[in-house]
Amino acid sequence: MTDTLPRIVGTRELDRLVVRFAGDSGDGMQLTGDRFTSASAFFGNDLATLPEFPAEIRAPQGTLAGVSAFQVQVSDHDITTPGDAPNVLVAMNPAALRKELPHLEVGGTVIVNQDAFMERNLAKAGYEGDPLEDGTLDNYTLFKVPMTTITKEVCKELGVKPRDAERSKNFFALGLVSWLYGRPTQPTLDWIEAKFKRQRLVADANSAAFKAGMAFGETAELFDFNYEVRPAALKPGTYTHVNGNTALSWGLVAASQQAKVPLFLGSYPITPASDILHELSQRKNFGVRTLQAEDEIAAICSALGASFGGNLGVTTTSGPGVALKSETIGLAVSLELPLLIINIQRGGPSTGLPTKTESADLMQAMYGRHGESPVPIVAAYSPSQCFFAAIEAARIALKYRTPVFLLSDGYLANGSEPWCLPDIASLPDLAVEFATVPNHTNDDGSEVFWPYLRDPETMARPWAVPGTPELTHRIGGIEKEDGTGNINYESDNHGHMVKLRNDRIAHIANDISATMLEGDIEDAELLVVGWGSTWGAIVSAMTRVRKEGHKMAHAHITHLNPLPKDLGDILRSYRKVIVPEMNMGQLCRILRAEFLVDAQSISKVQGVPFTAAELHHHIIGALDD
Amino acid sequence: MTNVPTTTKADWSSDQEVRWCPGCGDYSILTAVQLLMPELGVRREDTVFVSGIGCAARFPYYMNTYGVHAIHGRAPALATGLAMARPDLHVWVVGGDGDMLSIGGNHLLHVLRRNVNLNILLFNNQIYGLTKGQYSPTSEIGKVTKSTPDGSIDEPFNPISVALGAEASFVARTHDMDRQHMMEMFRRAHNFPGAAFVEVFQNCNVFNDGAFGAITKKDKRASMLIHLEHGKPVRFGDDNEKGVILNSYGSAEIVDVADVGEDALLVHDENSQEPSLAFALSRLSAGPFEPTPIGVFRSVERSEYAAEASKQLAWAQEQSGPGDLASLLHSRATWEVS
Repeated sequence: MTDTLPRIVGTRELDRLVVRFAGDSGDGMQLTGDRFTSASAFFGNDLATLPEFPAEIRAPQGTLAGVSAFQVQVSDHDITTPGDAPNVLVAMNPAALRKELPHLEVGGTVIVNQDAFMERNLAKAGYEGDPLEDGTLDNYTLFKVPMTTITKEVCKELGVKPRDAERSKNFFALGLVSWLYGRPTQPTLDWIEAKFKRQRLVADANSAAFKAGMAFGETAELFDFNYEVRPAALKPGTYTHVNGNTALSWGLVAASQQAKVPLFLGSYPITPASDILHELSQRKNFGVRTLQAEDEIAAICSALGASFGGNLGVTTTSGPGVALKSETIGLAVSLELPLLIINIQRGGPSTGLPTKTESADLMQAMYGRHGESPVPIVAAYSPSQCFFAAIEAARIALKYRTPVFLLSDGYLANGSEPWCLPDIASLPDLAVEFATVPNHTNDDGSEVFWPYLRDPETMARPWAVPGTPELTHRIGGIEKEDGTGNINYESDNHGHMVKLRNDRIAHIANDISATMLEGDIEDAELLVVGWGSTWGAIVSAMTRVRKEGHKMAHAHITHLNPLPKDLGDILRSYRKVIVPEMNMGQLCRILRAEFLVDAQSISKVQGVPFTAAELHHHIIGALDD
Repeated sequence: MTNVPTTTKADWSSDQEVRWCPGCGDYSILTAVQLLMPELGVRREDTVFVSGIGCAARFPYYMNTYGVHAIHGRAPALATGLAMARPDLHVWVVGGDGDMLSIGGNHLLHVLRRNVNLNILLFNNQIYGLTKGQYSPTSEIGKVTKSTPDGSIDEPFNPISVALGAEASFVARTHDMDRQHMMEMFRRAHNFPGAAFVEVFQNCNVFNDGAFGAITKKDKRASMLIHLEHGKPVRFGDDNEKGVILNSYGSAEIVDVADVGEDALLVHDENSQEPSLAFALSRLSAGPFEPTPIGVFRSVERSEYAAEASKQLAWAQEQSGPGDLASLLHSRATWEVS
């Protein structure tokens, strides 16, 4: 560093920027990415994030297995994905560089913590030479910054021990990148103060490191320019920044409030669903009861017991947990009680990829039970939309007295975006009428309660909760007679009940919104059908495809059982139909079976979401076919 | 409870035909419960019977109360959610030895540990009845059944020991040949504020007839059943000539009272905080062929789970006021776009 020449630093404008922070799982990369995101949200950019971390809490230090990364796209316009290839990679050690470099756009910017590039770390990452010197990075713009050294130096004055000081180096990196891309600093400084208010030294060290990073950007002659991504022209309103699991939790609270029915969550910790349990366990002032049960089965059984008692019973889990809950979901189908089963899908089978995303549990939700046991399925499609998906799933469960699946996935759960907060008054009224009086008169004139006497419109049975006089009744998993609910093993009765349970779920199709259809609805050459978290990538890809002059439409399915009534006609009105999914073609198979259309599957099952570029490639390929 | 209408056994009996095998011990247990309910001063609509699967698990259908016949082994879990959501209810859990100690063993352990306010009746007949005669987790070693033609090689559970090991607060045992004793144990269970566990020796006259005959037949009871009574020396025998002492290892041991003197006998203390005494008594008998204690082994009050959960809710509302949805949505950093 020299201080002889005055520097002129200019500012260049970007319309969007994709930054990927990568380091050891102990380096605080998730936190760094999250702070960068929050500052950008505060600044008014649109954004989308993709956290990626290993399943191990602390994989061996410095190894490829231990690399934790956080990608964020910030933009001056509406975006729906965390971006394709990052423009900037911040690599805190050689392993992070080696693992993440292949994702970076050619010519992109690499900022490394030079101090970490010593022989031992290079060897652990599998580098034979030093990639900072041997030409590996010739096609990139490289900035070598001694982050550890500078952080230790500024912290020394505060009396922080060097080992503790080293932990603040992620804030140095954050400061540097914040300067480079013109992020506001005060939100981060405020956040540090609030977060570490009981650990004075830590707060001071982190603030000092952050400021040192900013100062380094401004004064070191490494950087000719810094950049600016202007605020996006988002629709007016009050915004906050949420990930899918938080939005989903709030949606459950909202559903409980709108229904005036207490919320009960029975859950067993499992990645990536546990954060919903954490969030809801802090909402006791909303009357939310949470039980961390002894296992997945107890979790759903307790929720069902709470529903029998007049609560909105909810259980949250991921795919392997759903497998354990299957028998109880079957019981709930038979009992015809409201119940939400929330599956934050992850890579499978078995333990699979606990921290990576996948959407391969659609067939499990559709058919993964014993006997004919139809269950409505709602799928969320963006992090903030998880809020409304939760309310919609609860609406169906409460109105139709049925277990309902709500499918989200690891990408939506941990991914975040700005959310224009809804007006509470605009939320649907989910008011429930409990049974209060007998509903049948016997031949002898006596008044009795029949637990399976149905509402003629909804085909739902009455919800009579314990404590209500004159309505005592017994229900169970044995086949029953419609109306009385008495045990009945007769063959004709069983046939009738199977058909009835099937019809009453199919009937819900009359009460769901039409298929979300966008793009060149009238004259598209190609229809892309998606469900769940592929929404963002499909929307982005469609923008590019249409800009290139092609005609395409996008149908996104939020209700997978029953399917929207207009879907068959939509599918049949386009010459080509492709179905990108993070599974081996599960929705595609359902569409082909249900509607006899030649839908073609596009699969990606790699633990990471589709990028818009990948889908663009597939769509162009299909158009050229 | 105030203004609870007077009821009779008939009021508590549902209109469903009881379908246990003629001669099944479950009939006498059902009668004891139906006779007891009018004495408890509770309303039918505030009472719920929850069960899993098995012969015993048909019980809720025969009670004119609210009831759920759930799935195998899971009744304690379902009842936990119900008791938490509705602390105002009286919830009974009924199941057999296969239901609660085999497929649902995990849930039994945890419901006892948490001390959820449930009355748990375990009908122990030492056999699988509904699936027609396989050995159960309480069947004795050597038991020949359809699935163990050469004799069972499984060490059986002692349900009382299991319950005590799971930190149960209230643990009792009774048998289906003594209605008065059953009613007394069930009443005690009902009155206990927490998880109350009652093992009921129950005869399966089809697949395991007479399993408890050696101790429950009228002429055997005096010499083979050891009645545990709080604050009294533990004595039994046709002439009350036998007694129980704690030996130097802390184990319970049967002695002739004449040999040791009355003062040396163990005085039962069901309120003993330390569960060792109850555990020692639970180990006194290796099975229903030796003198076996019945009555209340342990009754120690501690925090009840659903009440504790409700307290946390009340505290949260006191601290932050009743939940306001708009405030929740605005609880993190927000910004305006105009």
